Amino acid sequence: MTQAFARHALHPLRACAGLALVVCAALLTPVICAAAPATAVDIKKFAFAPKEITVAPGTKITWTNRDETPHTVTSADKSFASKGLDTDDKFEHTFASEGDFSYACTLHPFMTGIVHVRKQ
Amino acid sequence: MSAQDHDPSGPSHNPARRQALSCLAAWTGATVVWTVAGGVPRALGATGDGTPAAAAKNALTFVQISDTHIGFHKDANPDVVGSLRRAIADIHALPQTPAFVVHTGDVSHLSKPEEFAQARDVLKEIRVDRVHTIPGEHDTIDEGATGYLKFFDHDGKGKSWYSFDQGGVHFVGLNNVLNFKMGTMAALGDEQIGWLKGDLASVSHSTPIVVLGHIPLWTIWEPWGWGTADSAQAMALLRPYGSVTVLNGHIHQVLQKVEGNIALHTARSLAYPLPTPGQAGIGEPGPVKVPAGELGKLLGTRQLSVVPGRHDLALIDKPLDA
Repeated sequence: MTQAFARHALHPLRACAGLALVVCAALLTPVICAAAPATAVDIKKFAFAPKEITVAPGTKITWTNRDETPHTVTSADKSFASKGLDTDDKFEHTFASEGDFSYACTLHPFMTGIVHVRKQ
Repeated sequence: MSAQDHDPSGPSHNPARRQALSCLAAWTGATVVWTVAGGVPRALGATGDGTPAAAAKNALTFVQISDTHIGFHKDANPDVVGSLRRAIADIHALPQTPAFVVHTGDVSHLSKPEEFAQARDVLKEIRVDRVHTIPGEHDTIDEGATGYLKFFDHDGKGKSWYSFDQGGVHFVGLNNVLNFKMGTMAALGDEQIGWLKGDLASVSHSTPIVVLGHIPLWTIWEPWGWGTADSAQAMALLRPYGSVTVLNGHIHQVLQKVEGNIALHTARSLAYPLPTPGQAGIGEPGPVKVPAGELGKLLGTRQLSVVPGRHDLALIDKPLDA
């Protein structure tokens, strides 16, 4: 954040935007400022909800296990893999690049989901 | 089809046996007690005075337990270690001391080292020479079989599949929880099937075989992953043998199937029951909570006896509570 501020210091308008961004981040108000978007997926009744989701690059998705049975979140291309998630455990992954990322639970491979990452 | 189908004295030409087995397999009573002597099935105890007959002398007797899920502690069973200890007491009360115990997987609940350690310690309380285990999918979370093998490597070879011979019977332990592909049932994999082929090459067709696998080796309910994708290849290797008994776990209830000389049996869990598939309104295989006092009727152990010269093993399924 401070690096961005320094880079824009020569341009007064951009410097103000940069400062605003730093202040916003410090105040933890991501809705107002354009900080990294976050979205949630529930693992419930042996299914990912929502099963299919489209997000912008840079989005962090948080999976939460609501079942009494452990599950995992494991991508087909091995780009992300959670440890075993017991009830109420969470797993986070930030999707940096565009693409289609299918994943499944390794204990119950019939549980599948997909994340589409598209610039918006 | 094999030459055995044309042999009138072979087991596949015994319609009385098939009929009786399919009738007995439909029972869901607390105790299934049957044996086959001379090719004629006899129900022991269940239609008599209810007392199971002791296994014949010089019969190899062993016990199957399954799905202990050490580390589970929710409403469906807050004390899985207690349930395992009750099973151990039942094993110690058997009129014939078993030669060993087999555990058909899901030893732990979350593959944690402390769960494996506790399971190993409690299993050591069983007064038998050996407890043979195979992993379930709850034992291979995070790092495949590596964590499980630190506690339960069968023969020091670093492989989760193995075989051994005892009492004239060839035992095979398989791992069908390693080759998960998205959206399909788990599989044995080519390496393991290749190993099985080589392992069986030196076993005569008249040697009884017992196969241990966590996930059922026949497809019971594919939407819940209750089956093994490449089991047909394993069954083809087993088909030439005169007596094959497959013992599975995973589904936490007793279901049975007979295919020629191959009899497959799943087992009760010692942790919690799972629903029967295909019921309206029950879409997933999660732990079933039952009223207080009912849990013990749905958990249990199985005693098996192998008598040399007989085609089928004698099985006694015993719940923790009658």
